[in-house]
Amino acid sequence: MTARTTSAPSGSVGSAVTDGILVGWRNLKRIPRIPELAIFAILQSIMFVLLFVFVFGGAINVPGDYTSFLMPGIFAQTIVFAAGTTAIGMTDDINKGIVDRFRSLPMSRSAVLTGRTFSDVIYNAGILVVLMLTGFVVGWRVDDIPSLIAGFALLLFFAYGMVWLGVWLGLNVPTVEVGQQVIFTVLFPITFISNVFVPLESLPEWLQPIAEWNPTSTLTAALREMWGNGAPPPTNSLASTEPALVTIVWVLVFIVVFGPLGVRRYRSMSR
Amino acid sequence: MDAITAEGLVKIYKSRKNEVRALDGVDLTVPEGTVLGLLGPNGAGKTTAVRILATLLKPDSGRATIAGFDLARQPDDIRRVIGLSGQYAAVDENLTGSENLWLFGRLYQLSSAEATRRATELLEQFDLVDAADRVVKTYSGGMRRRLDLGSALIGRPRLLFLDEPTTGLDPRSRIGMWDVIRGLVAEGVTLLLTTQYLEEADELADRIVVIDHGKIIAGGTADELKSAVGGERIEVVAHDRDAIPRAKEILSRDCAGDVTVDEHTRRLTAPTSAGAGALVQVVRDFDEAGIRIDDIALRRPTLDDVFLALTGHAAEEETLTDEASTRSAA
Repeated sequence: MTARTTSAPSGSVGSAVTDGILVGWRNLKRIPRIPELAIFAILQSIMFVLLFVFVFGGAINVPGDYTSFLMPGIFAQTIVFAAGTTAIGMTDDINKGIVDRFRSLPMSRSAVLTGRTFSDVIYNAGILVVLMLTGFVVGWRVDDIPSLIAGFALLLFFAYGMVWLGVWLGLNVPTVEVGQQVIFTVLFPITFISNVFVPLESLPEWLQPIAEWNPTSTLTAALREMWGNGAPPPTNSLASTEPALVTIVWVLVFIVVFGPLGVRRYRSMSR
Repeated sequence: MDAITAEGLVKIYKSRKNEVRALDGVDLTVPEGTVLGLLGPNGAGKTTAVRILATLLKPDSGRATIAGFDLARQPDDIRRVIGLSGQYAAVDENLTGSENLWLFGRLYQLSSAEATRRATELLEQFDLVDAADRVVKTYSGGMRRRLDLGSALIGRPRLLFLDEPTTGLDPRSRIGMWDVIRGLVAEGVTLLLTTQYLEEADELADRIVVIDHGKIIAGGTADELKSAVGGERIEVVAHDRDAIPRAKEILSRDCAGDVTVDEHTRRLTAPTSAGAGALVQVVRDFDEAGIRIDDIALRRPTLDDVFLALTGHAAEEETLTDEASTRSAA
């Protein structure tokens, strides 16, 4: 007996959306089943807040209060690490044979990647909400609600770009363990050579332009400016005067570069 | 009609150091409603063959049709009529059994209601009703394997690929799995089954194809393969090592062919065409010569004998070296 197909065939746009939502549903459904992942993602960020506020904070000179200065950077750092979560999820699905199962089904080819990217953005939105509440407790404040929403939206858009980087990384590393090493090596410099923890002026002069144009820095600078969180006076570089705009361009670059690379790598799994 | 036809499938894995011809010109035909057993040791190319036929991997050369659809041009049509159950259980261990089945049903393009109905049916069929709402990581190996098979059946496929369905299962779960597979075959499903267990191919398959180093080295029914290796044998285990030369003498007189001797186990084997009559004669002669024996039997050749005769090595011999190359190739 042959199965009747009751919804759209696998090539159609309808099926791509439905299948993407189904794969995303599956990814989100897993989160409460492995609560350790989300809990440690949040604890890691809280640890950074505590370490820098109480250990290094006194030694770092910033305009205004250090906690206010730090929190936007912590949010940005957390979102950069979204790429890591995605990469590990992707590698794990490949190694456990789930991706093979998906590939043997008459479903949309793109759904595995779109489902992954959308569910990971939603996951990171959840992490951010918890971190913002924590930030509020330790004294972080924003100017007004609309700017909070705008900043939140910018963070999620940034997450979407990082998630595509994660998809590409996840498709290219052989095991979760290797993935963790790669992520550590790639993502830590991205978050530390930045304005997240220290003012840019405190860096060696040759490093300042790199740190200033680092997407983590432009995101952080944009958030500080939007929220009135101790933004340092802008320099004459575009990354400093228009950080939100530069951040958006960065995200588009990430999507345009790593999206097609990821899709191509995924397709070549049959080679 | 043939459910599977494949001609000249070649798959080469290149690494910096060497080139592994995982499949080296494989031809296969599986008539509809029959079971083909693809038998071979680890690294023989079984999994590569299944992955190619199930559209997961593109062959470097060769062509195939699956359920009448061309493998290269109509992979989407093929995915609608096949079910695949892999070596490792490709189900999500952080979803429950029924969530897994529902998800795969939906992705098979069933409606939500139909996917739910089908999931319920399969949970009953595979005796997983009590575990339906538990996450899969709490399942035993046998339960996982049944759920995996259920996932492959969610869209009522006409053609089923089972890649080593019982590897790693305990004997009881293995026999349970065999019953389940026999039930599916009785319903008319065409099945391509890979296995490294000779007994399993013998139990389940209508036809067996023996594969080694990416090449098919023999094919036929279990009986045909066995008779290709020769007829029945008489096997004697002598009680004393000293008696082996005299025992050998008697066996060569009473039987047709060469006597093989395993000094270590004191086992002597000789082919015979006279069946039970020869056995009686041998027992009589041993008794007369006063040779004490621990065991004597007339036996049909097993598929182990087949494998040994065809490849010159036993089926399990290469496990270690070949497994490593398959891993790196995958």
